[in-house]
Amino acid sequence: MFQVRIHGRGGQGVVTGAEMLSIAAFLEGKHAQAFPSFGSERTGAPVVAFCRIDTKEIRLREPIMAPDSIIIQDPTLLNQVDVFQGLKADGYVLINSTRGFDELGIGEVAKRLRANRQVCVPATDIAMKHLGRPLPNAVLLGAFAGLSGVITLESVASAIRDKFSGKVADGNIAAATAALEYVKQQLAGLEAAHA
Amino acid sequence: MLKQIEGSHGVAEAVALCRPEVICAYPISPQTHIVEGLGKMVKSGDLRAEYLNVESEFAAMSVAIGSSAAGARTYTATASQGLLFMVEAVYNASGLGLPIVMTVANRAIGAPINIWNDHSDSISQRDCGWIQLFAETNQEAMDLHIQAFKLAEELSLPVMVCMDGFILTHAYERLDVPSQEQVDKFLPPFQPRQVLDPASPVSIGAMVGPEAFTEVRYLAHCKQLLALAHIPALAAGFKEIFGREAGGLVRPYRMEGAETVVIALGSVLGTIKDVVDEMQDAGQKIGVLGITSFRPFPLDAIREALKGATRVVVLEKCFAVGLGGIVATNVRMALDGTGQEVRTVIAGLGGRAITMSSLHKLFADALAGKLEALTFLDLDRGIVDRVLERERKLRRSGPIAESVLRDIGTVASRIA
Repeated sequence: MFQVRIHGRGGQGVVTGAEMLSIAAFLEGKHAQAFPSFGSERTGAPVVAFCRIDTKEIRLREPIMAPDSIIIQDPTLLNQVDVFQGLKADGYVLINSTRGFDELGIGEVAKRLRANRQVCVPATDIAMKHLGRPLPNAVLLGAFAGLSGVITLESVASAIRDKFSGKVADGNIAAATAALEYVKQQLAGLEAAHA
Repeated sequence: MLKQIEGSHGVAEAVALCRPEVICAYPISPQTHIVEGLGKMVKSGDLRAEYLNVESEFAAMSVAIGSSAAGARTYTATASQGLLFMVEAVYNASGLGLPIVMTVANRAIGAPINIWNDHSDSISQRDCGWIQLFAETNQEAMDLHIQAFKLAEELSLPVMVCMDGFILTHAYERLDVPSQEQVDKFLPPFQPRQVLDPASPVSIGAMVGPEAFTEVRYLAHCKQLLALAHIPALAAGFKEIFGREAGGLVRPYRMEGAETVVIALGSVLGTIKDVVDEMQDAGQKIGVLGITSFRPFPLDAIREALKGATRVVVLEKCFAVGLGGIVATNVRMALDGTGQEVRTVIAGLGGRAITMSSLHKLFADALAGKLEALTFLDLDRGIVDRVLERERKLRRSGPIAESVLRDIGTVASRIA
């Protein structure tokens, strides 16, 4: 089972992000369970949503306490919520930020994790460019596909079309594609540095 | 057809496939997405039904009574305080024998106000005369609604389908949405036992005095006992057409050789089963018994299923203040005279997460014979003691909920 925890703020599409991730996994023939941390969905309040992905039926109903991956839609949460709580040692971290891990003050956390499983993506900038709105959720799913390989960009695109239509869907898909490319470049740069 | 959709959306689709003629509801979390979904289908013309957005839950059930008495297949949904607000009419619906189907998206009851899941709302209505079926998964929630209309109309009794608020209603999962042909094959058109028809006038709801009230109430009991036979038969008929298990009275899981059996209702059974799998793999003799039909309460089926057990742990998301377990009290009645030990665990109140790690510890204690008669899972005794101490010292100790919140600090930053 692969477990993803998405942290963000009310209004950023955190819950929709988890739902789209589950749809993408479903489209690949997997079982997936997406659910929000309920009740705190006020604009700006910290929101958590969860997604489990497995090859068999998922019966477990507890919140995700030991995630395989964390997606952080808003870096200002780093000072407010213990977003890394329970993250597995070989887990993935994806942060929506124009800055790096050291600049964000989490260099120590980054050192504990594998270098090729962590990346900061300027998801809000990418969303503004392709969508015209600061909604990073679908963008980060494209980045997640590039970082983890757990889902493909094609499934992410189909999941976006399931939730949105017309220009909004097109913009989100273009943004997700750009984010995937950005992540691939970052990872390639990392490999080159180690070569 | 397989779809990855929200539980509420799945239930709305299942209800629509049952061809309801009247849908009346007042929005309340966590039920709202269900009736919103149905409202959209009526507006788009995909569902031909009368949709009434009423002014309160009391009105919702009153409309349901009127439309059901007029011979229309009728559906509504509610939760928590909404269910309590409609209670007078809830009793009338069952007392009059009207086959209304209602979803209760289970949520705690205030005060203190709390929108999260537990079973306090529908369990508070255990004696109201409605049949109560509890769904373990979103697939079962869908399937139980299809069975509920048939059961209600066969017996001329209202049926409540209870599903865990948020945990199920707001979860996106893979659901097998049946075809209209399958549902039509299973569920015949509504043929009411009683109908308000100007062409053939009757009165419904006469006053009954001491001369016959006992008999009318006893007839209600007889009908619920009839349901004990109808419910398994419907589940078997459902499996023939839809090809999967859903409904029934109780559901045993890995009970072979189990000396300790955990009983629960609803979605927490999934987490319990995952824990029990791990314990059985480690050689522990522990099994699970899910109760699907809470009303009628299947005394015989439970007694039979628990035959081999020496110890029963009832884990319930509700409790009777001043007494303890409610489901456990019912289970004790099923085990009257057997001498089997029943332990009560109150868990998941107001949305408190029920985790595998807490259940592992709990069940290990049970197997070691260390579980007390009544346990509150993950209770923070320190908070309780500090409030009790403050109340002992101070006459004007202030409101309890607020002082507890001050004690534990901000919660918005917590993950679970």
